[in-house]
Amino acid sequence: MTLLIPEKIKMDDSAIKTLETIYANYSAANDNIISALQEIQKAFGFVPEESVYWFADKSGVPMSKFYGILTFYAQFHLKPRGKNIITACCGTVCHVKGAHRVLFQLNEELSFPPGEDTTRDGLVTLEKVACLGACSIAPVVVVNDKVCGRITPDNMVKKIQKLRDKDK
Amino acid sequence: MSKEILIHVCMDTGGIAAGSLDVVDAFNAEFAKTDIPARIEKRCSLHKVGCRGFCARDVLVDITIKGEKTTYQYIKPDMVPRLVEEHIIGDTPVEEWMVDETYDDFYKLQKKVVLANNGKIDPENIDEYLDVGGYASITKALKEMTATEVIETVKASGLRGRGGAGFPTGLKWELCVKNKENPKYIICNADEGDPGAFMDRSVIEGNPHSLIEGMSIGAYAISSNVGYVYIRAEYPLAVERLAKALDQAREHGFLGKGIHGSDFDFEIKVKLGAGAFVCGEETALIASIEGERGMPRAKPPYPADKGLWGKPTIINNVETWANLPPIIKNGAEWYAAIGSENSKGTKVFALTGKIRNTGLIEVPMGIPLRDIIFDIGGGIEGGGLLKAVQTGGPSGGCIPQEHIDMRVDYDNLAKVGSMMGSGGMVVLDESDCMVNITRFFLEFTQAESCGKCTPCRIGTKRLLEILTRITEGEGKKGDIELLLDLANDVKDTSLCGLGMSAPNPVLSTIRYFRHEYEAHINHKRCPAKVCRKLLTFFVREDLCTGCGMCVRACPAGAVSGKKKKPHRIDTSACIKCGACYDVCKFKAVLKE
Repeated sequence: MTLLIPEKIKMDDSAIKTLETIYANYSAANDNIISALQEIQKAFGFVPEESVYWFADKSGVPMSKFYGILTFYAQFHLKPRGKNIITACCGTVCHVKGAHRVLFQLNEELSFPPGEDTTRDGLVTLEKVACLGACSIAPVVVVNDKVCGRITPDNMVKKIQKLRDKDK
Repeated sequence: MSKEILIHVCMDTGGIAAGSLDVVDAFNAEFAKTDIPARIEKRCSLHKVGCRGFCARDVLVDITIKGEKTTYQYIKPDMVPRLVEEHIIGDTPVEEWMVDETYDDFYKLQKKVVLANNGKIDPENIDEYLDVGGYASITKALKEMTATEVIETVKASGLRGRGGAGFPTGLKWELCVKNKENPKYIICNADEGDPGAFMDRSVIEGNPHSLIEGMSIGAYAISSNVGYVYIRAEYPLAVERLAKALDQAREHGFLGKGIHGSDFDFEIKVKLGAGAFVCGEETALIASIEGERGMPRAKPPYPADKGLWGKPTIINNVETWANLPPIIKNGAEWYAAIGSENSKGTKVFALTGKIRNTGLIEVPMGIPLRDIIFDIGGGIEGGGLLKAVQTGGPSGGCIPQEHIDMRVDYDNLAKVGSMMGSGGMVVLDESDCMVNITRFFLEFTQAESCGKCTPCRIGTKRLLEILTRITEGEGKKGDIELLLDLANDVKDTSLCGLGMSAPNPVLSTIRYFRHEYEAHINHKRCPAKVCRKLLTFFVREDLCTGCGMCVRACPAGAVSGKKKKPHRIDTSACIKCGACYDVCKFKAVLKE
């Protein structure tokens, strides 16, 4: 589980305006906290601590309830994510077809800081998913929403190189 | 003038990953060339279709000219110009790219009920669904049948829930109707989280309207006006196509107020899952729709009595819902005639792993496992030997090779210690280590355990620790008995289906592959040569050419040797990552 290290965002007018809109939807839709948090994440790219403070204040629902939900579901991110998202599938079929070798190569190539899943330069965030349901082309990784099948450690390195080149 | 040349391109997640978007672009680019539309007089239309099952041969392209269909396999964008030139304009099919005779073997033993229109119709176009008789069943139910008759039909058909447990669908509905409380809710469980399963995804991507129609039939039967589809956010394409299909259904009056001129109202809302496997459990799923942590609660009361917002609720999974339109259309007798004694109809399986024809298959219940693996699946990939077939994902078990002649249905699978589950079928060969696979499943269930009840939270963790120890060569005498003991305790005392079924992989692999556990524990050997900590890597001098690939690949600097002379691996420095084994082109690196 990710540690809850606070990440600062500026609570300027535009941020508050965004939150106001989300709050209006929230009140309209039976006070559904998950939907509200999904919208916050969509707006900011992650769920900033300040936004949860604001929301808890406004709605009168305790912070703990929000964090209970945030840490329960794998989908929520409490820290900003990298420019590129690589999602490695660790499903059964990918596992028997060698996903661990691809993962090993990814870790080797990107050398994440200990306990982190985003590179120091913020270029890549690595995520793992239990199954993408693309088992017929295992092992699978998703690079920025593009599903890439039959991945080998070698062409994983090439894909990362491409991301680096694009960043330059 | 009607289009008499039809092109169908497979466009599900698997097809797109194999490059079908590029193939479609190539066709469009070809048709954009100035002279071509004139030469085919614009008689040609291009269709995107869902998964037809045979994913191993993607990208599959059908070209139909005047009713005569030709199927091409492994199509790449650069092959498109020749297809257009020779087949579409020249009317001569390109024989060398056509599917061979083994293509038909894949379909011969299958029986398509749920997937009947998958791969034939454009999932983003409601008209194509209407053309194949879509929404006729809900119309029939509304106009010719009472709600009770619908329930009786479903009961008589013998349909059982396709989500795993196999509870009779009609009976579930009847229980819900008996509860007089209102409103009632309908939920579709599309939170397909099992690793190794993609049946539900394929149904939604290939034929989303069949799900909408099935849910409408269910809603009419229990007189519910609101339905929810709880779908995994990890399936972006399925979410998008479902949303499109819902819009179209609303426009055509199949959803909303007064469906199809009747006085029955029904609306479907979509809820995106937030990434928790336990939400596949029905009470956890309900909690998640309500916006809470997705934790299960004790049953009874069952959701049919107290479900969403405390009201009577019916939850069925995607495949179950998609079975309903054909049942209503063709009648209960027709459906009950398919399948075995206690398991009626067909089952969709995601056939994957070490098998030649990976893909999505639909077979009648009671088909021998051998037919699935060797006739439909085409046997083991790479000519290896079958070791086991894993069904039911992390909640299921392994069927060993000696049970290959068993008939696949709910009862037989339970008898051999596995389960139907939602339909993942992973084929394992002799190069797969059963202890390692079990460890993999426990790693998954342990991470996904919600933590509410102690047996599951702590039990799965301890099971995983013992299994990890065994795969790392630290196994002790008595570990197998300890595993069995603990597994049975977790199974007996957990709160929900996740915990109750989490030990199944352990129990089933010890039952059939005890010798592999013993080899790991007593002899510190991994018979399948998978558990790296138990392996030693070395170079066969007669095969090594001294190319130096392994030296560059080794992260630990453990390989050394002069250029063009046989190299050596320093076993004391080796971290057993296997990088040298992977890169060696001469198979000179061995593991033992």
